[in-house]
Amino acid sequence: MSSVESSASAPIAIRLSDIYKSFGPVNANRGASIQVARGEIHALVGENGAGKSTLMRILGGMYAPDAGKMEVNGRDVTGWTTAEAIDAGVGMVHQHFMLVPTLTVAENMMLGREPTSRGQLDSARVAREVTELSKRTGLAVHPQRKVADLSVGEAQRVEILKTLYRGAKILILDEPTAVLSPPEIDELWRVLRGMRERGETIVLITHKLDEVMEISDTITVMRHGQTIAQLTTTETTPAAIAKAMVGRDVQLATHYGETSSRSLELPSASLLEVRDLVVDGPRRASAVDGVGFSIAPGEILGIAGVEGNGQTELLEALAGLRPVRSGSTSVAGRDITALSVKSRGDAGLSHIPEDRHARGLVLDYTIAENLILGQQHRFTTGVRLDNDAIIDNARRQIDAFDIRPAVPSVPARALSGGNQQKIVIAREMSRGFQVLLAAQPTRGVDVGAIEFIHARLRETRNAGKAILLVSADLAEVLALSDRIAVMYGGKFAAVLNRRDASEEVLGPYMTGAEHAA
Amino acid sequence: MIVLAFLAQTLRIAIPYLFAASGGVISERSGLIGLGLEGYMLGGAFCGAVASYYSGSPWVGLLGAVAGGAALALLYALTAIRFRADQVVVGIAVNLLVTGATRFFLRLAFHSSANSPRVPGFGAEQSGTGLASLARNPLIWLGILAIAVMAWLLYRTPYGLRVRAAGEHPEAALSVGVPVDRVRYVAAALSGMLAALGGAYLALDQHQFSAEMTAGRGFIALAATIFGRWDPFRAALACLFFAAAETLQIQLQGAQVIPSQFVEMIPYALTIVALAGVVGRAVPPAALGKATE
Repeated sequence: MSSVESSASAPIAIRLSDIYKSFGPVNANRGASIQVARGEIHALVGENGAGKSTLMRILGGMYAPDAGKMEVNGRDVTGWTTAEAIDAGVGMVHQHFMLVPTLTVAENMMLGREPTSRGQLDSARVAREVTELSKRTGLAVHPQRKVADLSVGEAQRVEILKTLYRGAKILILDEPTAVLSPPEIDELWRVLRGMRERGETIVLITHKLDEVMEISDTITVMRHGQTIAQLTTTETTPAAIAKAMVGRDVQLATHYGETSSRSLELPSASLLEVRDLVVDGPRRASAVDGVGFSIAPGEILGIAGVEGNGQTELLEALAGLRPVRSGSTSVAGRDITALSVKSRGDAGLSHIPEDRHARGLVLDYTIAENLILGQQHRFTTGVRLDNDAIIDNARRQIDAFDIRPAVPSVPARALSGGNQQKIVIAREMSRGFQVLLAAQPTRGVDVGAIEFIHARLRETRNAGKAILLVSADLAEVLALSDRIAVMYGGKFAAVLNRRDASEEVLGPYMTGAEHAA
Repeated sequence: MIVLAFLAQTLRIAIPYLFAASGGVISERSGLIGLGLEGYMLGGAFCGAVASYYSGSPWVGLLGAVAGGAALALLYALTAIRFRADQVVVGIAVNLLVTGATRFFLRLAFHSSANSPRVPGFGAEQSGTGLASLARNPLIWLGILAIAVMAWLLYRTPYGLRVRAAGEHPEAALSVGVPVDRVRYVAAALSGMLAALGGAYLALDQHQFSAEMTAGRGFIALAATIFGRWDPFRAALACLFFAAAETLQIQLQGAQVIPSQFVEMIPYALTIVALAGVVGRAVPPAALGKATE
């Protein structure tokens, strides 16, 4: 383990030494260490399943370590509780928000340490304090709104305010940008820098290297539960960090790999043809408001846009999961508008859903079972499932898609996000298909798996299939697409050839500032 | 006068529902399914009758009922929380256990398989049906109070906030240091006490415990909890609705126009219709029935 002396003179805020933690047979932390000086932004990086979140949850008091020593501001705090951590000023913003959706913002703020006057909740006082704090930090929230009604970005603001409201001086953020749009990310960086100026300490769990380079002062790299390297941001490169994370050289695919140079003229025989599609949404009258496009064989159409502009509804409608109000969809010339999910699959449509937990996997099923979901009728002898064929199929896919652990009988729940996603992708790519709907194919997936998944998508494109890609990650859309559509307010605000698109060009369309389609 | 008599009868029938449904609300809002309400009621009726019989005071009877209901509910909570048993299964088991146990102890204490001897209760010996005689029964007021207090507890106190968080997103509650399990034990105990008061009302009103005297009222109260969308006031309205249906049934029974078997179905048929009608809109607490990690 290479060690760099922490930035000169600042006192140490966090020092975790030789932390061990296992959950049953899984060793999440195997001698992990981290050291963070007060007043710095520290990036904790590593692939999914490297043990970053576990280590930080230990620091936040949610788990007690099996072995090792924890110090905060020089005090031994080994094995403290959540309440003790909060009292000592350590706050954590979890990847999956720890907010109660049915309660108001103010109620979430005070939960756990409720101020009272004469035995009753003092909601007025909390609302006042929250508004004040909101002004001071520049994080705008409405105390009386229900959390369920907030956008993801707003919910995250509430999460951060919640920890500050509890007096956090050390803030841990677990993959905070996974759900944010580019402007929201800039806003977050502004807030974090402001906190750093006030002498507060921030640990940022992430695996996005551009974020690490942009915001952090120092870096700890973890792999397989151990600390691999401690680095100073100004003295390292993304390639070096990626290598430490994965343990080998990686092709950093996020920036503009080769794309086929296809022109905007409508290709004669399109594989996916969508006409005037209108889809009802939960709130707006039409979540998808008259969208039409076609995708040619060997083409990737990428849809960029801030989440919540109809991408989810569009994809679900195409997949047959959501009813359409009007419009038509055809695959390879066959109208599939009225077909069931299963018939669509038979017609040559494959779908990588955006939320692998909700739609992609049955977490308690094994890898082998998840790999045949939706195609179980092809793995039968008589009325019985053919277990030999299922295991055979699983071994082939595990091998082809490098799913780890390579054990067909392990439940999907036990796998890291990247490996869970590989199951979904393996399943959807192993069926005979012409058109692939890929929604957020690399969300919450580590660098190594992203590289792998991108390579597979390009192979599929090069094999003459059509791919509709939806991603909240603009870099991903730019890296993979031949044409790019920007979705705003349920419509395509622009459709551009890849060579005409860049973050600068797409940005105004994403925020609705420009329309061109 | 007929209207007044109808209202008096409805209120009288509604009181045990009000107690049990306020217990159902707090239990379910904390994340514990209220399937044991029937058992707590029956247990409360029995303990109330026994305590009243031996002490000679219905007030001591109430204390006995509260203690019995709390004990049963804590047994349920312990099994569901500590030992992570399936709440539906344990809830049913509690009900079966209480049915058998009350019969057993009835025989042991009073040498009867059906009834206890006459026990001191509230209200006049010849309990009238008018509103005036109802008003003299302190349990009527307690039952109405239970709903108001439950609403205050749930929406205005720190404990209530914690209950709502525990039933909706226990991980979030845990992450800010709320002891979710403890919150649920307290909620269970409260629900047991309240439902037991509802049972005690039955026994003390009739000055007697008889086997299986709750006759499914705990389940009706659970239905009212759900029909009331887990809100104390709406649940109270649901209780009054079901009680009115029962009153109607009793009045029609006297009229002898429809076969009595059909008339007796009215409250239950209405329960099914009511629940089916709200089922689309009724969103239960998200963590209902789930043990914490």
